[in-house]
Parts: sequence; structure tokens; C-alpha cells
Amino acid sequence: MPTYVDPSKCDGCKGGDKTACMYICPNDLMVLNKETMLAYNQEPDGCWECYSCVKICPQGAIFCRHYDDIVPLGGQVHPMRSADSIMWTVKFRNGNMKRFKFPVRTTAEGAANAYVGERGASLDDEALLLEGELPTP
Amino acid sequence: MALPNKPQGELLAVTDPEIVEMEVDALIVGGGMAACGTAFEIKKWAPEDMKILLVDKAALERSGAVAQGLSAINTYVGENPIKDYVKMVRNDLMGVVREDLIYDCGRHVDESVKLFEEWGLPIWKRNEEGETMDGAKPAPTLREGGTPVRTGKWQIMINGESYKCIVAEPAKTALGDDNILERVFIVKLLLDKNKPNQIAGAAGFSTRENKVYVIKCKTACVACGGAVNIFRPRSTGEGKGRAWYPIWNAGSTYTMCAQVGATLTMMENRFTPSRFKDGYGPVGAWFLLFKAKVSNGLGEFYAGGDAAKEELQKYMPYGASPVTPTCLRNHLMLNELKAGRGPIFMATDVALNAFLEEKRAAGMDEKSLKKFWKHLESEAWEDFLDMSVGQAGLWAGMNVEPEKVGSEIMPTEPYMLGSHSGCCGIWCSGPDEDWVPDVQNDSRAHKYKWGYNRMTTVDGLFTAGDGVGASGHKFSSGSHAEGRICAKQMVKFCRDNPDFTPELKQTPQELADEIYAPVKRFYEFQGASTAVDINPNYIKPSGLMMRLMKATDEYGGGVATYYMTSGKLLNMCLDLLELLREDSEKMAAGDLHGLMRCWENYHRIWCVETHIRHMEFRKESRYPGFYYRSDFPGIDDENWKCFVNSTFDPETKEWKCEKVDVVNMIETEPWI
Repeated sequence: MPTYVDPSKCDGCKGGDKTACMYICPNDLMVLNKETMLAYNQEPDGCWECYSCVKICPQGAIFCRHYDDIVPLGGQVHPMRSADSIMWTVKFRNGNMKRFKFPVRTTAEGAANAYVGERGASLDDEALLLEGELPTP
Repeated sequence: MALPNKPQGELLAVTDPEIVEMEVDALIVGGGMAACGTAFEIKKWAPEDMKILLVDKAALERSGAVAQGLSAINTYVGENPIKDYVKMVRNDLMGVVREDLIYDCGRHVDESVKLFEEWGLPIWKRNEEGETMDGAKPAPTLREGGTPVRTGKWQIMINGESYKCIVAEPAKTALGDDNILERVFIVKLLLDKNKPNQIAGAAGFSTRENKVYVIKCKTACVACGGAVNIFRPRSTGEGKGRAWYPIWNAGSTYTMCAQVGATLTMMENRFTPSRFKDGYGPVGAWFLLFKAKVSNGLGEFYAGGDAAKEELQKYMPYGASPVTPTCLRNHLMLNELKAGRGPIFMATDVALNAFLEEKRAAGMDEKSLKKFWKHLESEAWEDFLDMSVGQAGLWAGMNVEPEKVGSEIMPTEPYMLGSHSGCCGIWCSGPDEDWVPDVQNDSRAHKYKWGYNRMTTVDGLFTAGDGVGASGHKFSSGSHAEGRICAKQMVKFCRDNPDFTPELKQTPQELADEIYAPVKRFYEFQGASTAVDINPNYIKPSGLMMRLMKATDEYGGGVATYYMTSGKLLNMCLDLLELLREDSEKMAAGDLHGLMRCWENYHRIWCVETHIRHMEFRKESRYPGFYYRSDFPGIDDENWKCFVNSTFDPETKEWKCEKVDVVNMIETEPWI
């Protein structure tokens, strides 16, 4: 697998123009089967387990069954990500559980200052935007 | 009669794709940290009417090496002198580096880090009691003089799960959505028809629609990472996906630039990281933040022993550094493994419990101790959950809790990159300033500057991050800074060449035919077999990749031989690669995903060939622990303390390899 889609939860992003997992996968693995309207991982041995699809899925339909040639079955790591934090649940093969919560962002989504309209001074020196005089060795 | 075969995949390819022609001034190829740096910076310098386009194989929000997240920023100069940063990089990479590029990165990198924090990246801080706080707690920012949590001298800890999303956002805003093409894989750069050695465009295809893009430009920045899946990995099943570096990096940067004649440098250098076995989780925080030690199978902490000290004496001055160079740390580990004294274990449990004991000895009460332990445990797990969830998954399946039991460490398969503890890449101009060495030579392949900072030896073609060679240890922040450097220089290049109008040598149809050749082959021959993957007329990209990785692993110094090779083996490898290159023209794909895999393989083969060619040329073992030549086992500073640069001539199709002088700008006494 490594990531797999729970068919009872996936809604194919309601046939919208952007299937979330397909949009985000950096390795082009997640695809939508248009007949069933369910997404799946088309190349499990190319999955980095980066969790981009798991984190973005609006239905929480994507999970990891960790690499079968390395990892004994039964454990699972699963996140719930919000705009400012992420909660991880680590379930061990023996049933033990751990939970962790970490901040992910200190500003509101969309609030990063792109300095639109700001201009640099001279093209003929090496200073970049916001930089003053640069040191030399 | 054979049954008709259906191509696998949901997005089927057609044999006559639509051709989209575009013309821009500046083209950014890639979407990782470096490309986002360029996207953010370029509008600050560009005239209003300058047309800029960014083309990314994936989605900017999660593309590149930082897609998953990171738990640390490994380059923040802060309170340290920049020259010490140069000295550290120079020593870690065994003396053969471009000090001008490293110094230049060092003087720009902190501004990128301060921007990241301003954009919303949580950066850990130390409070007045010296305790660590996560980056969401109220504290002065780096700009305001806040104290980051240093692990080593150069690294700072972050809550970096969303690092890439945060950096991509202002890049997108600055450029505007209309100037970004996602899911388009650029596979070829194009030279100008009239002006020699001048970049004039690029071509690629959409992985979502049957469209070929032919884009003309006056200048381009190509920054699409290093190379993964070029050597047979230790896990060859599903676990092959758990590559240490991002699995989608196919050496495209090096190959595409080399094919238009950009000089490459130090392609013999590779990075063979030692990481937690199988899950490839990071070890940096364990070594540096938690002070964990590694032992061999006999329980000996071999790295601090007399035998190790004696071994390091063979590699002076490099071995004398308080922080042993990365390759030599591997070398010591390999010596243990080869002598049968494995496995190598990191005592994670001992390290964490030592912190607890220290607090207990200092009189901390039980309730506070419990809270402290919870905090420590959380920090340890975050290291993996931020950037290598697969490692956490492995531990969950194995019932490993690192605070209770140690874990095995293993050197991985080799990777090619220029931004981490490796330095292969493209030979670039340094800043056009007096302090950069002015080497008198007709060939740019020997010079350190030719007018535009980070421009390759091809006019108008820039690169950043993993693309720039002989200057490792940039990591995420330095790559972003380098992308910003390129942005300004690209605008300057356009300003200085107002009369240049790009014209391509090939017609758009010729390019489309070449790019879609694997699709045509699939549909021509699919009827020759009852099974889609086995056909006498074509091979599928997955099979070709395995053949490549078998050749490099067995002959080019992969894990199969404990990274040992020789002139004889390298030449056999080159012969195999030549056959492979011929056969690569027989790859076939019936869907767009498969077509992407075909082109990634073309890039991989070229990229690895330069690696093998450089290793063959360098008659010494410069990086013990990364690779060895049995016929030239030692470091030979007298003859080989030099760059190896190579250039492919796009006209004659010939390669030229040459030695190039290393010029030190930073004092060499003391070396460290």
C-alpha cells in the first residue's frame, strides 16, 4: 500500500475538479477511478509515506499500512491536522498508544507576507530584499 | 490471437498530444525550497512587464525535499562568523569546495530563516531558564533577538510539519497563480538557434492532460533537486518507497543542464547517509540534541576509541576536526560492520534517561520529573513525525519505544545531491565581487566568476539548491537563499540583454514527437503480447530502473560491495550504461504517469553516467565511507586536491573531464 483509501469514507471529492489526494501527492501516486469515484494509490512501492494525502483528505479516508517488507503488521501512525497544529496517534502492534500534539503554524493560512509591491534598490549589487550592506571575507 | 492490452493507469495517453506554446522572459523549473526562493524574490526586481513562469512537476504546497516537513533548519549562521561556516563545510567535504559560493550562501541564509519565521514557521526558543519551548509559545522572534534552540553549531530546531506549505504560500502570492503551472514535468532544456551557448527555452508535458508544453525564455533557473533511485536500495519491495531523499527526485537538474552543455562539477561526490535502519529516520537530533552514542555489536562505543582515533589520523587534516566529517564517520562504522562487529546501535534509551537522571540528581521533584519526561518524549517523537513518519510507523509495528530501547543504524544506498552533506552539481559563477578569485582562463569551466552569480556556464541558465555543485551544507534554508540569489541575477541578465529574442532549433512538433515517443511505442506494439508488462518490442520504466540500479549497485560501489569499486568495475558499469541508454529508447508508456516514469529514467541514466565517469577519472578515494576505489584506496592531496569538472558538447556529443584548481579564500592555518 503504504497509503490506502477506505472506500466507506472516500467520496471522490464529490466529483469536483480537484481530487485532494491527487492534487497534492508529490509523486503522482494518488488517482481517482472515475467509474467507482474512489481514489487509490497506483504505485505503492513509490510511496514515500510523506502523508501529504493523509493530511489533506477532507474525509479522513486515507491511512497508512506501513511497508510490508519492513514493518510487522498491526501498528499505525495517523494524524489530524488543523490550521495551527497537528495531533498524532501512534498505535503500536502490542496495542499501546501514544498521542502527541505539535504546533505547525503561528500565522493564519494566507497571511504570509509576500512583500507584494516592495522593490529592491539596485540590480548591480548582491543585496537581496530586506538586506543591508553585505559582509565580505 | 493476442488479446488487446490495456495500459495501466487512470489517465491514458494519446499519440497526438495538444501542443501548447508559450513565451516568457524568465522561467523557473522546479517547486522546492530553491524555486520558491526564486519565485518570492524575482518580482522585487523585475520590471512590471516582465513575464515570469514557474513550472512544477508536483504541487507547490508539497513538492521537493521538504514536502513532508522537517524538524530542524540545518543552516542558520546567527552568532557565528561566516568564515567558520565555510571552514566547517570545507572540512566536511574533504577540502574540495567552492569557498566563494559557501561564503555567499552564509551571508544570505539567515534572512531566509527570518522570513520563514515571519511567515508562520514555529521556531523553538530557549527561555531565560534555558529550557526548550516549542515555536508557538510567546517569545521574541529571531529578528527581535530571540534565542533559537541550537543542536549543533549551525542547526536550530523547528516545529516543521508545515514548513513547505508555509514557504510555498508567499512564493505563490508573489508570482500569482496565473504564472504557475503545476503538474507539468519539464524534461528538456533548449538552446538558442542563433546565439551559441544561450538558453532559449524548455519543453515538457502535463501529467494530467495530453499536452506538450514548449516554452521559450530568455533566462531560466533549473532547480529540481538531486537524484534518488539511482543505486539499488536496501529495501526492494514496498520499502523501496522509503528512500532517504525524496523518491521523486530523478536527477533532472543535472541531466537537463548537462545536455545543453553546462559544466558539471564533483559528480563523483555522493551522499551515503547513515540513518535508522529501514525507516531512514533522522539521526541528527539524536546525536546533537539528545547526545546519544552509537555502539557496535560488542557494546563498544567504537567512535571514541583508540582504534578510531588512529584510523582518523590517516585522513589529516580532515580527521582532526572536533566534528568528524560525515564520510569518515561512515568509514568508521563500515570498518566495524566489515569486521563482523555489527550491528551498529544507537542507544536512544540511554541518552533520554541520562537527561532524566541529571534532573533527578539536581533535585527535581517527581511531579516535575514526570512533566519533564513527557516533554522530552514528545520532542523525540516529533523529530520523526515532522519529517519521517515512516520511521515512526516502523517503530509502531516493531513495538519500539525509543525511550525504552535503542535502534539499529545503517548506511543507506548512495544518493546524488548538492545541498546536504554532498556536493555534486553544476559549476556556477560566484558573485561578481572583488573578493571572489579572478582565475585567468579562457574556459568558464576553470573560472570562479563570469558576471552573474549562480549562472551556469550556459548563458542565461541558472541553478540553485541541489543544482549548485561544490558547495554542500546549504540544506533547506540555504537552498531558499540561493534561489533568491538567482532571482535577482535573472532579472539583471534580462536587463543586460534587451535585444535577445529566443528562437528554438527544433519545431514544437519535433519536440512533441520526442517527448511522446514512449506512448507511440506502446500503442504500436501492445498487441504483440498477452501481458502488458512483457513485450519483445518494449520495456516498462520500472524494469529499466531496476536494471540501472543493479548495474550501479554491483559495479559502481553500492551497498552490495560495501561501496567498493575500481577502475575496472567502473568501466564495466559504463559499458552497461551505454547499453541501457540504447534500450531506454525502447521504454513504453500507455498512460501519463508511466510517461513521467520514462522521462525520470532518461534523467537518471544520464545523471548516473556522469557519476561513474567522474569516479573513474578521479584516481583516489576522496570520500572514504561514501565510496572507495580499491585500486586507489587513499586520499591523494598532492595530485587530487582539485575539482573534477566535466562538460558535454551538445554538438559533438563528446564528454570532456578535467582537473580544476581549488582556490582557498578563507585562511587554511588553522584549517578548522
